[in-house]
Amino acid sequence: MTRQELSELINSHPFLEGLDPAFLSTLVDCAGNVRIEAGQLVLREGESADRFYLITEGVVALEYFAPGRGAVIFQRLGGGDVLGVSWLVPPYRWAFDAMVEEQMQAIAFDARCLRAKCDENPSLGYQILNRFLPKLVERLQATRLENIDAYRTDK
Amino acid sequence: MPTRGTETPKYRLAATHLNRLIAALTNDGYTVIGPSVKDGAILYTEIEDANQLPIGWTDEQEAGQYRLKRRDDKAYFGFNVGPQSWKDILFPADRRLWRAVRDETGFHIEDTRAPVPKVAFLGMRACELAAIAIQDRIFMSESCSDADYVSRRENAFFVAVNCGQAASTCFCASMDTGPAVSGGFDIALTEMIDDTRHDFLVESGSARGAKLVDDLPILPVQLEDIKQVQASLRRTVQQMGRQLETSGLKDVLQQNPDHPRWDEVAARCLTCGNCTMVCPTCFCTTVEDVTDLTGGQAERWRKWDTCFALDFSYLYGGSVRSSAKSRYRQWMTHKLAHWVDQFDTSGCVGCGRCITWCPVGIDITEEAAAIREQPAAIEGVA
Amino acid sequence: MPTEPTSNQAHTGMAERDTLIPVPVPILRVWAETADTVSLMLDTEPLGAKYGFEPGQFNMLYAFGIGDVPISISGDPNDRGHLMHTVRRVGAVTEALAALETGDTVGLRGPFGTAWPVTEAAGKDVLIIAGGLGLAPIRPVLYRCLSERNRFGRIILVMGAREPDLILYRDEIHTWQSDDRLEVLLTVDRAEPAWTGDIGPVTNLISKIDLRPAHTLAMVCGPELMMRLVVRVLLEHDIELEQISLSMERNMKCAVGLCGHCQFGPDFVCKDGPVFLASRVFQRMTTREI
Repeated sequence: MTRQELSELINSHPFLEGLDPAFLSTLVDCAGNVRIEAGQLVLREGESADRFYLITEGVVALEYFAPGRGAVIFQRLGGGDVLGVSWLVPPYRWAFDAMVEEQMQAIAFDARCLRAKCDENPSLGYQILNRFLPKLVERLQATRLENIDAYRTDK
Repeated sequence: MPTRGTETPKYRLAATHLNRLIAALTNDGYTVIGPSVKDGAILYTEIEDANQLPIGWTDEQEAGQYRLKRRDDKAYFGFNVGPQSWKDILFPADRRLWRAVRDETGFHIEDTRAPVPKVAFLGMRACELAAIAIQDRIFMSESCSDADYVSRRENAFFVAVNCGQAASTCFCASMDTGPAVSGGFDIALTEMIDDTRHDFLVESGSARGAKLVDDLPILPVQLEDIKQVQASLRRTVQQMGRQLETSGLKDVLQQNPDHPRWDEVAARCLTCGNCTMVCPTCFCTTVEDVTDLTGGQAERWRKWDTCFALDFSYLYGGSVRSSAKSRYRQWMTHKLAHWVDQFDTSGCVGCGRCITWCPVGIDITEEAAAIREQPAAIEGVA
Repeated sequence: MPTEPTSNQAHTGMAERDTLIPVPVPILRVWAETADTVSLMLDTEPLGAKYGFEPGQFNMLYAFGIGDVPISISGDPNDRGHLMHTVRRVGAVTEALAALETGDTVGLRGPFGTAWPVTEAAGKDVLIIAGGLGLAPIRPVLYRCLSERNRFGRIILVMGAREPDLILYRDEIHTWQSDDRLEVLLTVDRAEPAWTGDIGPVTNLISKIDLRPAHTLAMVCGPELMMRLVVRVLLEHDIELEQISLSMERNMKCAVGLCGHCQFGPDFVCKDGPVFLASRVFQRMTTREI
């Protein structure tokens, strides 16, 4: 994939809609296109969160694995979604597993590279965080609703 | 106690006098169990006469294949190993452990131990002796010993046979367990057969073996006899169809639980557990509690089990190892790696039964070699 | 030559006993702990004066005609006359055990397994982290530590449960909350207004403790997923794997390392465990279906 193609791919991803065009080139510097086959773990619980992904195609299941229970999926992501948040927060370790269910094509970003660019350019950092925060709030609200077990009727 | 074979006295016994050996064992109160052709295979059964042995038969084995074929001679032991091993006798597939009986206080336990029979094993191969030595470490360890196994071992007489040929699935040479027997037997026989002769080289490996040999019509050996036996064993080594590189294998297996090869073999493995049934060292069991119709008595039975069974690793609600991949990985890693940590020895004796009796022909030596190779990269970048 | 399988454990009470044959033991008392767990108090008299256990060990409890299962001993190891077990009803055997009454007989084999490192904790801060039913196998540690209080630094109990009604030994924990010999931190995933304690996962509570990492010995007990995540948090707080012990569970039939069911990597959970150092088993816990 050429730099131009990569740039267009990044530019057209829904997660980055409205991003200041001046930063596009900066993002491309930290990015690469990846394809990961179904059945592979793209994120592993406990490992270094040294990258994150903007998914263009495919399906990824976010899950915890427990002996006897198997994999317990709490979310699925697909084209248009962002995969990986812990790269933003120390100690930069993945909190769970991400299993590719259908071949994933994505733009992978080097976390250290992008964190450095955000430190150099707070305006870029603000635009990045402004896109992550609503996603996180949405997931937090969903998690809270699930936790109180809304389907239950007894005390 | 058995001694290593180099300095023990050796004799010759005419093949026609094999029945004298069987008779001597029977007179000493042993039931003789040996190989016989049955149901298209060579199985272990009670032997009262040497004619019941697989005279003139050999076995042709390959991954997932077993056939009997006629030899062009009348050798008594001209084959390798069938689906059974002596664990069927020393470590029975079904055994009652105890009985519980309800009474006024609740219940009490009755001891149901029965005396074990004296059994002579006729025709044990080097790999089988090695397997028993391994099972001894499991069932007769300092920390935990099985009295029934100990009793059966003490009441068993071992007549070993050196292999005169190797099957294509044999690899005892690379496991250092054969083809020559090297101890742990009472009597060892090597069949010497060609157009001019048919007799056995006989040596004893224990005091009771020596005593029995003395009562047989034995003849002195010639140097040529020894040389013929050694040449035969060398030929057997060369015929081995497979080999297993064991150096460093334990670490390779224990450190590669995510190797892509496990997925590949899982796609073939039926988890039928045949390999564990025919393997002479596999020792997993389960317990079954059964009651009578009145509910007043309950018995606990120990039965063979297999780690390939889905519920083998059942733990509230699901199995820890539910995928075929995890179960195959468990069996092979245990056999070739964890066994070393547990019992200071590999669990494999190179008999090749698991290769022959696997319905889809999975070959443990091929899988081990494949895992040694560099694992493929997990993440792809376009 | 030993006459019957004997325990490899150099612990009291097992010297000459046959480990495959259960001893009929009378039940003194049965009571419900939570909606699906029941505690049994057994009389140790038929087991002989030498019977004793170390915190972390388990017995195989046999329900007539149904089968036996491993149940951790959850009572006071110094109380030689009584043996307490807390049983969760998850299958045929545990349902049968939970249905027993005072005066009924249960078959017992044991004690089996390795113990929590209470001796090694001398002079250290003892950090006990329990989740759900995990408090049962680790409660004997608390009894032992409290009975020899001066040998240890701080004693901290961190406990998490799904809801307040599912907290095990609630009354006792309430008492401990006002006992200044130990510190108790409790949390639930969700609660009703009457609950005034913390709400959140047990991993969040660990950050609230002002730990002395180099002087801490941690013992973690609960479902494997919970233990794995707690270990990750402890590592982030500079507590090394060698300072952490876990209690593993696997399917067991014989409890003496012969049936093969409880294998976990090269270890038999029944005799090499159930208590393990995290430095030995954590890597294995991160591989699926080992």
